[in-house]
Amino acid sequence: MAAATLLAGCAGGVLDPRGPVGVGNRQILLDSLGVMLVIVIPTIIAILAFAWWFRASNPRAQYDPGFTYSGRIELIVWSIPTLTILFLGGLIYYGSNVLDPRRPLGPPDQTLEVQAVALDWKWLFIYPDRQIATVNELYLPAGMPVRFRLTSASVMNVFFVPQLGTMIYAMNAMESTLNLQADHPGELYGQGAHYSGAGFPGMNFRVLVLPPGEFDRWATRQRGAEAVLNAQTYGQLARQSSDVAPQVYGHVQPGMFDAIVHQVLPPSRGPEGGEPQIHPKPLAAGICTGPVAAGRMAFDFGGRD
Amino acid sequence: MSEATTGALPSDISARSGTHDPYRIGRPHDGLHGHGSEATGHGEGGPASRFVITAYGFWIFLLSDIIIFSAFFASYAVLSRATAGGPTAPELFELPSVAVQTGLLLTSSFTSGLSSLATHRRDMAWTQIWLLTSGLLGAGFLLLEVQEFTAMIGEGAGPTRSAFLSSFFALVGCHGLHVGLGLLWLGTMMAQLWVKGFRADIRRRLHCFNLFWHALDIVWIAIFSLVYLLGVSS
Amino acid sequence: MLGKLDWSAIPFEEPIPLIAALVVFLGMVGVAAWITWKGWWGYLWREWITSVDHKRIGIMYVTLAALMLLRGFVDAIMMRTHQAATLFGEGYLPSDHYDQVFSAHGTIMIFFAAMPFIIGLMNFVVPLQLGVRDVAFPTLNSVGFWLTATGALLVNLSLVIGEFARTGWLPYAPLSELEYSPGVGVDYYLWAIQISGVGTLLTGVNLVTTILKMRAPGMGYLRMPIFCWTALASNLLIVAAFPILTATLAMLTLDRYFGFHFFTNEAGGNPMMFVNLIWAWGHPEVYILVLPAFGLFSEIFSTFSSKPLFGYRSMVAATLFICIVSFMVWLHHFFTMGAGPNVNAAFGIATSVIAVGTGVKIYNWLFTMYGGRIRFDTPMLWALGFITTFTIGGMTGVLLAVPAADFVLHNSMFLVAHFHNVIISGVLFGAFAGFTYWFPKAFGFRLHEGWGKAAFWFTLAGFILVFAPLYLVGLQGMTRRLQSVPVDAWAPYLLVALAGIGVMMLGAACQVIQLFVSIRRREELRDLTGDPWDGRSLEWSTPSPPPDFNFARLPHVEDEEPYWTIKQRAIEGQPPEAPESYEPVEMPKNSPTGFVTAFFATAIGFALIWHIWWLALIGAIGAYGTFVVFAWRDEAEYEIPASEVQRIDRARLEARRTWHERREAVG
Repeated sequence: MAAATLLAGCAGGVLDPRGPVGVGNRQILLDSLGVMLVIVIPTIIAILAFAWWFRASNPRAQYDPGFTYSGRIELIVWSIPTLTILFLGGLIYYGSNVLDPRRPLGPPDQTLEVQAVALDWKWLFIYPDRQIATVNELYLPAGMPVRFRLTSASVMNVFFVPQLGTMIYAMNAMESTLNLQADHPGELYGQGAHYSGAGFPGMNFRVLVLPPGEFDRWATRQRGAEAVLNAQTYGQLARQSSDVAPQVYGHVQPGMFDAIVHQVLPPSRGPEGGEPQIHPKPLAAGICTGPVAAGRMAFDFGGRD
Repeated sequence: MSEATTGALPSDISARSGTHDPYRIGRPHDGLHGHGSEATGHGEGGPASRFVITAYGFWIFLLSDIIIFSAFFASYAVLSRATAGGPTAPELFELPSVAVQTGLLLTSSFTSGLSSLATHRRDMAWTQIWLLTSGLLGAGFLLLEVQEFTAMIGEGAGPTRSAFLSSFFALVGCHGLHVGLGLLWLGTMMAQLWVKGFRADIRRRLHCFNLFWHALDIVWIAIFSLVYLLGVSS
Repeated sequence: MLGKLDWSAIPFEEPIPLIAALVVFLGMVGVAAWITWKGWWGYLWREWITSVDHKRIGIMYVTLAALMLLRGFVDAIMMRTHQAATLFGEGYLPSDHYDQVFSAHGTIMIFFAAMPFIIGLMNFVVPLQLGVRDVAFPTLNSVGFWLTATGALLVNLSLVIGEFARTGWLPYAPLSELEYSPGVGVDYYLWAIQISGVGTLLTGVNLVTTILKMRAPGMGYLRMPIFCWTALASNLLIVAAFPILTATLAMLTLDRYFGFHFFTNEAGGNPMMFVNLIWAWGHPEVYILVLPAFGLFSEIFSTFSSKPLFGYRSMVAATLFICIVSFMVWLHHFFTMGAGPNVNAAFGIATSVIAVGTGVKIYNWLFTMYGGRIRFDTPMLWALGFITTFTIGGMTGVLLAVPAADFVLHNSMFLVAHFHNVIISGVLFGAFAGFTYWFPKAFGFRLHEGWGKAAFWFTLAGFILVFAPLYLVGLQGMTRRLQSVPVDAWAPYLLVALAGIGVMMLGAACQVIQLFVSIRRREELRDLTGDPWDGRSLEWSTPSPPPDFNFARLPHVEDEEPYWTIKQRAIEGQPPEAPESYEPVEMPKNSPTGFVTAFFATAIGFALIWHIWWLALIGAIGAYGTFVVFAWRDEAEYEIPASEVQRIDRARLEARRTWHERREAVG
């Protein structure tokens, strides 16, 4: 893995996409910006120019207090924004459809399915075809379309990897669909993008994009991990905790994700099992209220294990 | 004294130098509100009369109240199928009781209209009689509604059972709450009317009460149709 | 006996809120002591607290707003400094504090700083501009103000008794449900907003009725000043949108108090419905805030260019257009919730369509300046600062309206920069401009120009320094509401933003100093004629400050800019003449109803938050009793004798005559 790519990848964001969806988002964003700037820049220049030229102390400016209406100007003034909006309307319609999160990026047999569950306050990623799962780390194969199915165990969350593009809400009792693809091997920054409670700052995760062969080898290796994800261990995982170190489940009971979506596994509980609090105590020991090395971005690479 | 006779324009804050009172203002007291019937408030006659202003303001308030109901209707529409495995509308709604409630409320609206006519005639006795009737009919409506709610809760179909029931209790309950507050207002008005007679401000308030009462009627018709009738037939 | 309330509600182990509360408490005690020493309690009670005069109520609204603006700004300072500190360590605010701080910041700024400021300005100015004596329902006006103050009080109480919400300024479900927020924080939020929401609704009813049914004779719709048009649009939005907020928060309250299932995860609740309902209110809300600011700026551009507003009818049309379309765009706040491409596209297009209305306004202001003779007094500086920066903010808004772009910018710092960009340059600059512009009318003396200009430049520079980097860091992928910042690469942007906060603090300091200096030097800055800016609308025809009854005689309006026409004729040799006789004037009596109602409302709110049911019941009975006492009064008005009206009006005419003579002498 190229450390240089990692460092550069960490520095980039929405304008430095690493996948076709992100490229599409950036394209629409820059196109829209261009259309708007064509109007906005001359307008601002005109504002400053008029204000300066027509200052009271300028003897050369024509004072024309009767100039309060002009049909031609009205026509232009209503037309410019309207035409801009027509342009933009096309971009909006096109972009919404082409970049619809539900739109598959490849044939189903060549698409990896990842089931993502937002918990308080970590992410659980289940690979149903490989029957493994990871917490707070997402491994993806480079160049392959990925179909995410997302839900939440508790409150509303948003799954967002800035350099891969489009984000989407993850909500309890609902399933969202998001299609993304990472084109190049490397490491990316992923995060929860919707405030979800006290442990929210810990809702970020590394996205490790591996070449396809390496991804398969990695997946096979994980099957050896001891931990098992079943209803019981899920219940423990779902309790409120924050800045959770990445871990792997070597075996996942089939149907976990659907059980969560259909509330067969009930929504996870709130603080201390729902005891009413007049004034909250700091979160329990072992759970951090501030940032911890494990939660920091791998940009300071040396700090991580 | 009045502008029409002296010919001087009443206000110096005007660029005109005409010699008559073009807007027929000629008011004895230049206060907050006009007294003329021509003053509609559309600018041409100056501020409208106090009666018009009060009734108009109350209308605007009623519109805002109807929007509260709309939000509850919207949430009912969204949640009407979310029965969470619990009781559904056809199982729960008893149309005969609802029909009686409707009859009571609509009649009370009619009798409040009669009280309004009596007020017009300045007939204290009949105003109070019709107001009392409206109040009793409204109380009857509320009683039946409370009975309905209690029965449902007793059967385990309370608002905490499912989202559908939450939205039902909230919507119908919001209407019932308005009726209850209306009855409190009615009682206060009846007392005030008795003590102070048909003073102008009291007649304005009676008018507002009548508007309120009729509006609640309209909301009930919407509830009756969209919640009960549609619910039972689903 | 005291519900959930006990000593553990006071954060003895947390220094920051304790010290803040202590400082505020000492401040309040200090002010009370000073008032007592000066013997002003009687005056305050008679002339201000029980006043139903729209001018006094407007001033009180603005005062409340200014204080809460400072409180919200302190929250902002804490947020920026803490986030910057977490780049190097742990920061100084534990997570549950930081979360309360950003929630309080948004709540206070929107509900208790921006709304009261704008409502205060509308309250003060609209009746004067319409040429009438007061609003339609003066006592209701007072009730509305004091209920807003109750809401502000409750929010500030949460600092020291209990906690505030930790959900953000809009309490999305299910995070705000009892399961995930079992504390009293969300309850403080709910009751503060519901109570002040009643006040806001009363204002809406009041101003709509005033504008539509109470105008000076001859003032048809198209002769109303543009500020009154935008006030009308804003108050129509209040009447139409605030009930949605009331209903939605009531549903959340039912969930939290009675176990209903509107927005819970279980039993069929629908959190997405909360998002839809709350933004169906939320989007009109931002137009409630910004439309009066637009109207205000129209007045300022016109006055300080010495030219009538360009395209008045077009501006009216644009205002009503924005008013209506603002109800059709709410989904753009959650494009990423998965509504599907066609729904997203429809709302995206609708959102861009609103930009047409705003664009028209910007061009009309541009052409108002064209051919004008522009004076760069402080209000005009604020207006120019607004029009340039708001164009950028509006542009980023249209960018966010493109769903495919929003897919990567939703909830990011880009969004935060956008809405601060439009709110600060629109509403806040508008508030400051209006404050400076109408201050002489309210108090009889101008604000010091030098400090005003300094305040403007520091605020503008600071504002750009804070939010330009936030746009960029949002493009880097940074999301909002992070109690600790996990990516070092974002540091430079956040540090520049921190520096910008320092500059904005200088701007705020200049505002405060400006006020003190102006009061100290008020004789030099005295406004002797009532028309310090060469104004064009009717409020400038009154003395500064206007008498209780505003106008000795209601003015007769024959065209747009009635006051301007009178001035022109005066200059041409037809000065205003005194009327031959004056009539007595009837004015509404002062009433403690507003204050007493708010007292009981505070009791009810506090009691419901802490589940002290008997206190809530007493409060409700008290509120009902207040209503009955008010309804039972026999005398609703008092009369100002004709001699008094004459005396005041003659003084006004004398001042005008002197002014005209001095003008002619100068040539």
